[in-house]
Amino acid sequence: MRHLVYGLFAILILLAGEPARAAIRILATTADWGALASELGGDRVNVYTATSALQDVHRVDAKPSLVARARTADLLILNGAELEIGWLPVLVQESANGRIQPGTAGYFEVTAQLSLLEVPSRLDRSMGDIHPQGNPHVQLNPHNIAIVAKALTARLSTLDPGGAEYYAQRGRDFDSRWQQAISRWESRAAPLKGVPVVVMHRDQVYLVQWLGLKEVAAIEPKPGVPPSAGHLSQLVSKLSAAPPRLIMRNAYNDPKAANWLSERVHAPVVLLPFSVGGTPEAKDLFGLFDDTVNRLLAVIQ
Amino acid sequence: MTGLMRVAAHLALACAALPSMAETADDVADLRAELQALKSEYASRVGSLEARIGQLESAPAPVTAQTAQPPPSTAAGSRSAPSAFNPAISLIFAGKYTDTSQDPETWRIAGFMPSGGEVGPGERSFNLGESELVVTANVDPYFSATMIAAITGEDEIEVEEAFFRTLALPLGFTAKGGRFFSSLGYLNEVHAHAWDFADQPLVYQAFLGNQMAQDGVQLKWLAPTDLFVEIGAEIGNGQAFPGTRRNRNGFNGTALFAHVGGDLGASTSWRAGASLLELRAEDRTFEDVNEIEEPVLNSFTGKSRTLGVDAILKWTPSGNVTRQQLKVQGEYMRRKEVGQLTFDAEGLALSDTYRSEQSGWYLQSVFQFQPRWRVGLRYDSLDSGSPSIALVDDGVLPPEAFPLLLDADPDRISLMLDWSPSEFSRLRAQYAWDDARADGQRDRQFRLQYIYGIGAHGAHKY
Repeated sequence: MRHLVYGLFAILILLAGEPARAAIRILATTADWGALASELGGDRVNVYTATSALQDVHRVDAKPSLVARARTADLLILNGAELEIGWLPVLVQESANGRIQPGTAGYFEVTAQLSLLEVPSRLDRSMGDIHPQGNPHVQLNPHNIAIVAKALTARLSTLDPGGAEYYAQRGRDFDSRWQQAISRWESRAAPLKGVPVVVMHRDQVYLVQWLGLKEVAAIEPKPGVPPSAGHLSQLVSKLSAAPPRLIMRNAYNDPKAANWLSERVHAPVVLLPFSVGGTPEAKDLFGLFDDTVNRLLAVIQ
Repeated sequence: MTGLMRVAAHLALACAALPSMAETADDVADLRAELQALKSEYASRVGSLEARIGQLESAPAPVTAQTAQPPPSTAAGSRSAPSAFNPAISLIFAGKYTDTSQDPETWRIAGFMPSGGEVGPGERSFNLGESELVVTANVDPYFSATMIAAITGEDEIEVEEAFFRTLALPLGFTAKGGRFFSSLGYLNEVHAHAWDFADQPLVYQAFLGNQMAQDGVQLKWLAPTDLFVEIGAEIGNGQAFPGTRRNRNGFNGTALFAHVGGDLGASTSWRAGASLLELRAEDRTFEDVNEIEEPVLNSFTGKSRTLGVDAILKWTPSGNVTRQQLKVQGEYMRRKEVGQLTFDAEGLALSDTYRSEQSGWYLQSVFQFQPRWRVGLRYDSLDSGSPSIALVDDGVLPPEAFPLLLDADPDRISLMLDWSPSEFSRLRAQYAWDDARADGQRDRQFRLQYIYGIGAHGAHKY
């Protein structure tokens, strides 16, 4: 057994050379940033997404398969603002990959490109799962995605200078399609302005702000704290006076609390994709917003 | 406030005026009206202040201005103080209430030389456990450094781990040096606050003195493949059980380990590994009693080799760890020890050859059946084998001279339930039926435990 282990060790060291690769290997922590990287990188990138829309990205296991992907990644795209704080630092550390350490060109933090909402003025864990840099769930405002797309295009060109022209062209193409799509979504979503809604968690804030919805209550009393029976019954009495038009629930949320509240305040629950892949229609970033707007409008009309 | 003072001043004036009785009824009416006006003004101010407090309390947190513009390029540089370079610090608080049916002072694992270390059920009643202080930061672009110190309930500070680690070695290599928990097995590297049970499996208690850490260096290599393949080697001073510190140059203690892992679909992940630990022990003493029940100190000098295999499988529907997760894990260890056994090292000091081959394993499963709640079941089993003790085989001493080394098959069943209100707190109840004691008595152990973490948000390994 001992000789076997020594022998295996020697063979693997001989094989340690990096295999030749054509495409830039990208590890994205969420489906949205993975989808954006595919839009911008086209054939020159190979994208692997660490989580799906059905996962709570704040709580993920640093699985062996993810460590293995991090080992060979040329670029790590993370959401940042501590969304992945419980697992990504371990992944980056265990990856033994100098290319994706914080501060290198291979470490692209999305929220570092944006101004965040809800930056807490006071930090205390008694307030729940708050994030010191602000609310990290930035992907549901398409204007944010446009900003990130520009920064990511620049980063891809830095990492792969031979493809700079290719990325610039794809970036322009994406931007023009995206801006058109934004005008389309914004004009279609006009009837949603001022519509009173109940959210699950503070992760729909950017969507609420973008569409001008009126958040009248959140099912979670504090970020990351599941609602107690007392909190829910308080919500019912508060909302009975001025019922919301709808209750927004993300694909990864437990449906129980939203359904319970829905029956009592007579407002429908709208299942929203939240991330690319959260619903069958949300196949890519365009689909994510098409479907989100469609599902919201379907209840209003 | 000024409103209140005005009311008070008017009341004082009114009181002062009372004795004169010269005021007309009109004056009294005027004063009453003014007082009433002040009262209502005051009530409305209090009302509006209360409303504002209510608004502030119900708002989640003050929000900054909403803009979709990129921040200035120096976004990260707003803190200029040297404290911006302070390391991440976190502190873990842990404590237990223990109830055992047998005396924990006399707890020894039947058939095994005691490993030292903090093994066994622990003291009865309330006990402050180890408070762990974790300090970590990058040193420079090349290294990071981490220290984990345990402050024990007995007012001692132990350095559990203090090591540097490389950040950017090429080709998937990572080097680590200092004192660290060996990467052998699965649970050896896991700190007490992250255990799924209140204590380590018996096989860890008997074979590694709970957890094996030595001062040394580790080199680890991660393969550039989609299948997770990691191999590593450690050398050190071998100071921890089953080794001992030796007054020699070079190193005593080699550990080799290999891990592989991957996914089976979107919901299942796994890791499996094998490890080998070789150490030398010199005068590794242990307390026992002789055939007439007098305490004696025996000692072992020789080679110790432990081979282990480990595997863990996690099933998480859709990968959503918040909702449900089932974990199944198990480890097996086999140890060979060859050398000299000395009876009554401080008295008779009879010494002759000793050879043993012992094994043990555990299998456990922890199920998070709904958010925040988990149940777990663990079975431990050890096999002491039949050590060949020349002193006994040659008839110099009766077998009863080494009561702890008599053949035994200790086992234990543990059941636990824990509740984690957040990522930073956990309360646990555990019940165990412990048939490991050398005196053959079954020990029923009940424990309540709390674990709290404050400070920097920790990140846990798989």
